[in-house]
Amino acid sequence: MSGEVTLPFFVLSVLMIIGAAAALALRNLVHCVLALVLAFVGLAGLYLQLDAQFLGFAQILVYIGAVAILIVFAILLTRSTESHSQSIVSPSWGMSSVVSVAVFGVLAWTIRSSVATRHSIPPQPDVTVKQIGNILMSRFALPLEVIGLLLTAALVGAVTIAMQDRQEMK
Amino acid sequence: MTPLASYLLVSALLFSIGLAGALTRRNAILVLVGIELMLNAANLNFIAFWRYGPNPEALTGIIFAIFAIGIAAAEAAVGLALIISIYRHYKTTNLDQIDSMRG
Repeated sequence: MSGEVTLPFFVLSVLMIIGAAAALALRNLVHCVLALVLAFVGLAGLYLQLDAQFLGFAQILVYIGAVAILIVFAILLTRSTESHSQSIVSPSWGMSSVVSVAVFGVLAWTIRSSVATRHSIPPQPDVTVKQIGNILMSRFALPLEVIGLLLTAALVGAVTIAMQDRQEMK
Repeated sequence: MTPLASYLLVSALLFSIGLAGALTRRNAILVLVGIELMLNAANLNFIAFWRYGPNPEALTGIIFAIFAIGIAAAEAAVGLALIISIYRHYKTTNLDQIDSMRG
């Protein structure tokens, strides 16, 4: 691969950016989630382009399989009664847009002028799932345990928060 | 433009879109979606730096991204539970109308 931008990268990036923009611009919330799934698919494709196969499939499993479905459930459980004439953006949207564009401007300017992006391209690393499993079980065993504890706490916490009302009714 | 710079630029654009969505939308669920997009942009940065960095054999970029995905999943579950709880109380997910703690 030379220094040029390749066609798969371009297609996947455009897919992801369009999906992300549509997810935050559409009025119908279910359409928003469908656009969000499109953005996650594009991102998983970019991970595969970057030779991170395990992460690409983990992205599909976790984000499309779990997070997007969870958001659909939340949308269906919180059917809002707001009218169609109501604005979908908050009153201070002008200032927020300026802040976002300024953030992108600063980031783009920094990336353009950075010397860290001018390295030569290293050879393609061959990473197997076996290697990832080995390093998770040896060097990163403690962080793995901590994240397991965190996920358990989040699971119990989410159930407790969502069930609060029913306990008050009794 | 080198591949690393183009990946970083796409990731910066994704981050800005997520930030704009989180700041401008009125629906609490879409604010959470914006935060998820920002987390994903950070993950893309980790993977791009891992792939084009000087030492890809160390696998640290991939491991960090895996842990970040785990944290994001926990955050989404707790956030949506909070939104459902708020909806039960206020009968709305519109952030402008949830202002009873305003001083």
